[in-house]
Amino acid sequence: MPTTERVLSDPIRTAIQAYYPRYPNRRAVLLPALHVVHEHLGHVPQQAVVEIAEMLELAPADVLDTLSFYGFFKQVEPMGRLRVWVCRSISCAACGGEDLLEYLCRRLGIRPGETTADGRVTLEFAECLGACEHAPAMLAGDTLYKKLTKEKIDDFLASLPS
Amino acid sequence: MADYEPVLLANIHKEGSHRLAVYEAGGGYRTLRRVLQERSPAGVIEVIRASNLRGRGGAGFPTGLKWSFLPADHPGPFYMCVNADESEPGTFCNRVQMELDPHQVIEGIILSCYATRANTAYIYLRYEYPLALERLETALAECRDKGYLGKNILGHDFSLDIHVHRGAGAYICGEETGLIESLEGKRAWPRIKPPFPAVEGLFRKPTVVNNVETLTCVLHILDRGADWFKSIGTPSDPKNPRDPGSYGPKLYGISGHVERPGLVELPLGVPCRELIEEHAGGLRQGRRAKAVVPGGLSTGVMTESELDIPLDFSGPLRVGCLGLGTAGVIVLDETYSMIDFLHNSCRFFAHESCGQCTPCREGTHWAVAMLQRIKAGRGRLKDLDLLLEIADNIGIIPGTTICGLADGAAWPIKTTLRKFREEFVDHIKQTNPGGYTAQSPPPAMALVHK
Repeated sequence: MPTTERVLSDPIRTAIQAYYPRYPNRRAVLLPALHVVHEHLGHVPQQAVVEIAEMLELAPADVLDTLSFYGFFKQVEPMGRLRVWVCRSISCAACGGEDLLEYLCRRLGIRPGETTADGRVTLEFAECLGACEHAPAMLAGDTLYKKLTKEKIDDFLASLPS
Repeated sequence: MADYEPVLLANIHKEGSHRLAVYEAGGGYRTLRRVLQERSPAGVIEVIRASNLRGRGGAGFPTGLKWSFLPADHPGPFYMCVNADESEPGTFCNRVQMELDPHQVIEGIILSCYATRANTAYIYLRYEYPLALERLETALAECRDKGYLGKNILGHDFSLDIHVHRGAGAYICGEETGLIESLEGKRAWPRIKPPFPAVEGLFRKPTVVNNVETLTCVLHILDRGADWFKSIGTPSDPKNPRDPGSYGPKLYGISGHVERPGLVELPLGVPCRELIEEHAGGLRQGRRAKAVVPGGLSTGVMTESELDIPLDFSGPLRVGCLGLGTAGVIVLDETYSMIDFLHNSCRFFAHESCGQCTPCREGTHWAVAMLQRIKAGRGRLKDLDLLLEIADNIGIIPGTTICGLADGAAWPIKTTLRKFREEFVDHIKQTNPGGYTAQSPPPAMALVHK
């Protein structure tokens, strides 16, 4: 059930409003607004949908329509502290990317789309990271891991802050 | 072509190539200064038309012609959308350009906006490029400080601002009207055309959508002239008056089973075999190529014996591929299964189908289901005909969908099954000896309880 408590804090609202001058109408601020909320809250809960709709003078259903189209945004539960994307598209798959994704699943004990119980990592498969020359590739937060191997995955997991 | 001197990638090996000072020291923003003084917007369009520049994003549409569709008498505003939603599997040239030479991209955008009378430009950047985002934002801030952006650029009455607009993980946003819808804050459902964006685009105003690499070509054409551009590449076919040719430098991305995957700049029309052998170190471990994708996954595959075609706008068409696409060459060696390839391809397009047109939404998923069954040893020979039937019935070419994503999904199916059918037949017969001739699919639950 959506709560009635406000979820968009003042800093979130200010960050969204900073986008207003860039566009001739409020609707075009929607994707940037969803990014701001997602970054701050780790997902876009239903109450945020209602509040974004108010800010941008849209119907909540309209916001939800856009939100749910983009696979990037989590709606139900917040992401883990680090989101990790392992590419499974052809250049990476041909260089072993799918096996590495499977290996990472086993090491973390989760499937793509899930978050570890301790909230450290959300694992995702990616449809082409655009880093094909570095295949197999993995994007963890803002860091691109190139020519990924099981050893590199082990090192990466060992380096994660607890 | 060993003596070809890179132009688009000329800066990227310099220390701090993404910095304004380094870019300016190499002659950066000199062209902008000169063009604003010497040429009218219409004059710029004339030069681009004369160069026969064709879009680098995939379709190869002549850029000057696209610009000339903008209505002359419209009160404005006009918009420029820079397509940096590079998502085609095998494609990464825009990423390298934005990360290592963002100012080259921005100078190209400013010049193109001047030509098309746009005072606002949006760079639609895919989410998966965080370094490109950082570099572009820094470069844009440097430009605003320096007066290359903002009101009255370099004292001229032309004003422009450029904003980066981040995507959210949807391949379809690379389709130009899908991109526009997404920018407007909606789901990225491509629009029915006409009207084309030049007439009614972003916020229902005249809009140009151009690819990053195309805009950097604009810069160099204005710097060096249309004749320079036309001295590079494959000339137009004299027997076909409508062929605009394949002129200019091109970025080729090479990935997959080669010794040295990476990005190289060469004149349009380099033979695919030469690209692989001389510029990517050949196949890994001295193996043989089995299949090569010429220009991003959606263009389909070529066999080893077809590798002598030139990688220009018409070369891949001669071997049944969809076109040059994004020039993202993917090399697969003899150890890789074409069943795995096609399954991977179909899974990608099913995942990325936006769901607007039924033939694509249903067809792509049906194809994945069949390939999963084939992979799991439950395939039937009839599936191969069904797959081809789907491929022949989705897309703009048969006229059943709004955008070309479905054609892109269909081409890997058509080319793979036509060129590698034996491998599928053998696999199906070997893995499903008792059922490969079956005419009806096995009940779904039988698969679950297998």
